[in-house]
Amino acid sequence: MRIVFEKRERVSHTVRVLVPVISLVFALVFGAVLLLFSGVSPGAAYAAMARGAFGSSRALAETFVKAIPLMLTGLAVAVAFRMLFWNIGAEGQLAMGGLTAAGVALFASEGLPSWSVLPITILAGTLAGALWAAIPAALRAYLGVNEVITTLMMNYVAILLVSHMYHGPWRDPAGYGFPGTARLPETAWLPRLYGRAHLGLFFAVVAAVVLWFVLQRTKWGFELRIVGENPEAARYIGIDIPRLMLVAMLVSGGLAGLAGVCEVTGVMRRLQQGLTVGHGYTAIIVAWLAQLNPWAVLLVGFLLAGLLVGGDQIQMAMGLPAAVGLVLQGALLFPMLGGALFTEYRLRIVRTATEDFRTPEETGLEEAGS
Amino acid sequence: MSLPLLTSLISITVRAGTSLLYATLGEIYAERSGILNLGVEGMMMLGAVTAFAVAFHTGSLALAVLTALLVGTALAAVHAFLSVSLRANQVVSGLTLTLFGTGLASFLGQRLGPEGTRLVGLVGPALDRLPIPYLSNLPLVGSSLFNQDLLTYGLYVGVPFAAWYLYKTRGGLYLRAVGENPETADAMGIRVGLTRYLYTMLGGALAGLGGAHLSLAYTRGWTENITGGRGWIAVALVIFAMWDPLRAVVGAALFGGINAVQFRMQAAGTTVPAALLNMFPYVATIVVLVLITWWEALRKRVGAPAALAIPYAREEKG
Repeated sequence: MRIVFEKRERVSHTVRVLVPVISLVFALVFGAVLLLFSGVSPGAAYAAMARGAFGSSRALAETFVKAIPLMLTGLAVAVAFRMLFWNIGAEGQLAMGGLTAAGVALFASEGLPSWSVLPITILAGTLAGALWAAIPAALRAYLGVNEVITTLMMNYVAILLVSHMYHGPWRDPAGYGFPGTARLPETAWLPRLYGRAHLGLFFAVVAAVVLWFVLQRTKWGFELRIVGENPEAARYIGIDIPRLMLVAMLVSGGLAGLAGVCEVTGVMRRLQQGLTVGHGYTAIIVAWLAQLNPWAVLLVGFLLAGLLVGGDQIQMAMGLPAAVGLVLQGALLFPMLGGALFTEYRLRIVRTATEDFRTPEETGLEEAGS
Repeated sequence: MSLPLLTSLISITVRAGTSLLYATLGEIYAERSGILNLGVEGMMMLGAVTAFAVAFHTGSLALAVLTALLVGTALAAVHAFLSVSLRANQVVSGLTLTLFGTGLASFLGQRLGPEGTRLVGLVGPALDRLPIPYLSNLPLVGSSLFNQDLLTYGLYVGVPFAAWYLYKTRGGLYLRAVGENPETADAMGIRVGLTRYLYTMLGGALAGLGGAHLSLAYTRGWTENITGGRGWIAVALVIFAMWDPLRAVVGAALFGGINAVQFRMQAAGTTVPAALLNMFPYVATIVVLVLITWWEALRKRVGAPAALAIPYAREEKG
């Protein structure tokens, strides 16, 4: 007797809705156990987290500040994942975007008309992210090099480069040795909407709308989906996969680069520590939870930002570790990941009369391999 | 370069490389079976925090090391369950494991001290250096290679064993077959799922040990972000070493050596080339990967696991 997975005739929508719900319940229960272990009432802690993240206009503004990079990088990852390009490199693309934005604003903006500084800064940073992503994309598209490893490695190169620049050559000479560049000129500041929440929110929403339209309504989006769902068929109907991959990664890297630009010009307004705090990795979770849907990326990005801000808040208010937010994210994703299978498969217990009892010894594998 | 300086550089290299090599060795086992586990960083982190907490409260280093080993195994089992039984995406699952492990470790680090206080800054029992009689008196290598702690000595056995096991035993052959071509392995009667579970968990156990070495021997205590990206370096090293335990030693020595040289350079007051030096291993990994992919003869020779990160399902064939 054994348990086998049996393919459902069609995707179960009940399961598709049920899985996130069960995952959320699981994460909350798991978190509750941790909180109880800390001697804190889970109800009180969750309430404090919710208040800290969504309870006031100030709290909401901070949640949006955190959500903007998650939304933009989440969209970046979603585009790449659509065509099964595992872009783990949003973090590095974000870093290169922020680095370039800071460099342009600090060292190349003099003499430009003041209205043009911000657009040029944004374009340069976005382009830098796109080009950083183009390297692993080209390696995969033309040489077949595994992109998981290359994008991951390039994150570290980018992060080290950024840290090198603000510790070394770009360090503010008037900064009393503090590691960070001088403040960007005001002409390069991204306008703020409320509190620290800035215009990047607008970029994220526009990006989501455009992406949704492109993915759903254009030939290009259709091709991207085909490549993701069935590469064989894509090749058969004559889609130029390497080219498509390159373009998709330029878009993906550009979005991640834009996230970096927003962090530098909208939040920090200089280049310093805190640009690369793992948004690019959380983005993968955002994209996955959102099932690669642009609208859902906005929503999930906002909610996960709430978890992180809420975690910070209960640290301040209740002396609990801020890491609760991270743990909850992880606990949320595990059942989501496992549950995905059940939308397409169901479990069935089958009785088998004749199991395959051959042992490897009988098959002559030794000769074949050694 | 003076002899004492060289000796101390080697010594620091070995010390810094130990946790890396444990994690790398573990990931080699996992990836050879076809499972990509990007959760190394998380497993090391939780291994480090639990090892130190147990050592601090019980005073038993053996128990501490055992705990880290079990914690790593348990986390890897989650990854194995998701990626083998539930055929989940291994990239996302591994990343989640890292996120979860890092978060939980940070949480525990602030709770597992005496009466629910922080572990940071506490001093607990540590793995001391155990000079091996006679060998430790050898010039140059004596005090650097044979005056280390027990976990480091464990590698002196573990690495040659891994190399021997992978290439010279039936178990190693089955392992490679499962990572190389699961359909054929399955047809030959090797239990693909079970094999993948076992080696993924073994990988987790070794990552846990690497974490234990960090908190019990290398930094001697718990600090936030104790692994400092070593788990990711281990993932890189596996590729750099082309899934070979002996080449992994070279890689770990290189990384550990960069640590050691940097340590010296910082002492000498030059920090500027440090970033470039640090970048080298990551760039080198990309170069190696491009070479392996591009140059098919090389890939065949090193036996890169062709089925890496691809879930295996029997009934989907035919």
